[in-house]
Amino acid sequence: MSAHAGGYSADPRIRWIESLPWIVAIAAFFALPEYLSLGARILIYILYALSLDLIVGYAGIITLGHSAYFGLGAYVAGILAAKAGIGDPMVQLAAAAAAGALLGISTGAIILRTRALTLLMLTLAITSVLLEIANKATALTGGADGLSGVVVAPVLGLFKFDIFGKTAYLYCLLVLLLGWWLVRKLIYSPFGTSLTGVRENSLRMHAIGAPVYWRLVLVYTLSATIAGVAGGLITQTNQFVGLNVLSFESAGELLVMLILGGVGRIYGAFVGPVVYLIAQDLLAKQFPEYWYFGIGTMLVLVVMFARGGILGILDGMLANLRRKP
Amino acid sequence: MEAFFASLVSVAFHGAALGMILYVISVGLSVTMGLMGFANLAHGVFAMAGGYVLTTAISRFGAPFPLALALAFVFVAAASVVLERLLYSRLYTASDLEQVLFTIGLIFISVAVARFVYGTLQQPVVLPDYLKGQFALLGRDFPAYRVFIIVFSSVMVGLLWFGVERTRWGAMVRATVDNRAMAQSVGIDTRRLFTLTFALGSGLAGLGGGLGAEIIAIQPTYPFENLVYFLVVVAVGGLGSLRGPFVAALLIGIADTACKYWLPQYGAFPIYVATIAILLWRPAGLFGRRA
Repeated sequence: MSAHAGGYSADPRIRWIESLPWIVAIAAFFALPEYLSLGARILIYILYALSLDLIVGYAGIITLGHSAYFGLGAYVAGILAAKAGIGDPMVQLAAAAAAGALLGISTGAIILRTRALTLLMLTLAITSVLLEIANKATALTGGADGLSGVVVAPVLGLFKFDIFGKTAYLYCLLVLLLGWWLVRKLIYSPFGTSLTGVRENSLRMHAIGAPVYWRLVLVYTLSATIAGVAGGLITQTNQFVGLNVLSFESAGELLVMLILGGVGRIYGAFVGPVVYLIAQDLLAKQFPEYWYFGIGTMLVLVVMFARGGILGILDGMLANLRRKP
Repeated sequence: MEAFFASLVSVAFHGAALGMILYVISVGLSVTMGLMGFANLAHGVFAMAGGYVLTTAISRFGAPFPLALALAFVFVAAASVVLERLLYSRLYTASDLEQVLFTIGLIFISVAVARFVYGTLQQPVVLPDYLKGQFALLGRDFPAYRVFIIVFSSVMVGLLWFGVERTRWGAMVRATVDNRAMAQSVGIDTRRLFTLTFALGSGLAGLGGGLGAEIIAIQPTYPFENLVYFLVVVAVGGLGSLRGPFVAALLIGIADTACKYWLPQYGAFPIYVATIAILLWRPAGLFGRRA
């Protein structure tokens, strides 16, 4: 059995160490004011990775097309802001969430009837369809040039998005807190346990009478909703939407972040994006060729030698320390 | 009417050429997935490598075209044996997710290496004189190179089918696809069979990549950009079969060409929608056996 924290055996109460990410986030706000836009990006990707972890890590649904929901959320928020003149960030975010949920349930209900390669292929095809629509419907999306002119009104009419990114950072942090709370609640609930059961052995879950298909559709929809919110956030902080939000590379990158942190553990989705995006900020612009080479090599090495990601390695080291004395 | 008929013939012709290329590239993927259950997303890397071998052999070393084509096959097949023994074989029993991630990692590496060695520009293909120009048939002119692609691929496909249906090696492959445990117990060395079949499939991908370098542009993002097409061929055709992907590849080649010709404003949209519809109708593909 894998060492996943979840299910009835785990204590659902929040441990003190779980406040660490939030302390770090707030400390970063005060200590690194010039990096707040990168910080906001990291927070958004954590939320996005959390949504992916829910389906890949906990429910065991392998997808290459999670960017469909992220991209849809991004475009819905962007189109509302740039074309419909609706500037309120809460309304934009709610619309992005609703769009993600709607697409999630309609596609999930169809594709979750299939398995393995067919499922993988369908997720890829759905994202490709959306990408093609975004590319060709230039009147609405700006096509390959991207959607600019995104205007976001002050949050709750009070907090304006400033050029230093202070508001954006705190705003993303709050949304992430909400998302984390929801995902954590979900994972420690009986529902979360049944998802782990489906991942480990879906045949037995059928045999004990669990409604496997509906559980999967539900978690897929929830995940798509959260991804839609993350997409809405990226539009609001960038004030621009490009085709890359829907690309296969972006879905692949997200998978890389999740693997790097550790799949099937809620804080893997925190560690991965932090490490990946900071490394990208430091290295990718100077050495683009080496960057992709490094990412690929790291992915191969993680799969070969460290399947639990960074957190898995830490776990192993901790266990060793405890055993020694 | 005559104009419409002419465009119909042209679409069918160019579509068939594209379909044949897609088949030669993807058939190896179908066999690897059917034989080993390995989700090899990096299959396009072999095709890209074949394309680079061909263009380099011709433009840098002045190799004649047939030799360059053969080199594309041999180089890629040899390289794939090394990869299979060193890396792939360790992951045969791993989960789908790990195989997917591992092969995405290989794609990232290959994209970086290709960009480092060749730059981001598309590689030009220098064709020999006898493959340039037009080929007259039934009062119509066809580009000679496309005719060559169709004829050459047909021969390759014929050889492959003969090999799988009529030889001892083919019988062993079919037996292993049907039931690996049983095949092992009657004394088939499935490990060696895997390696050989993997090499053959990858070599064919390299050959297809080189042969189709003029149709599917050779550039570093090749494995990413065309991944969907290769996977569609395999998923729609059905895993582990030879005929399924053939029909699927021709369908996709012709449909894609038709869409680009008559409905350019929709791009590849109709192809993806059709793929989704077919997979929902028959999740195991058109010719796949229910797992």
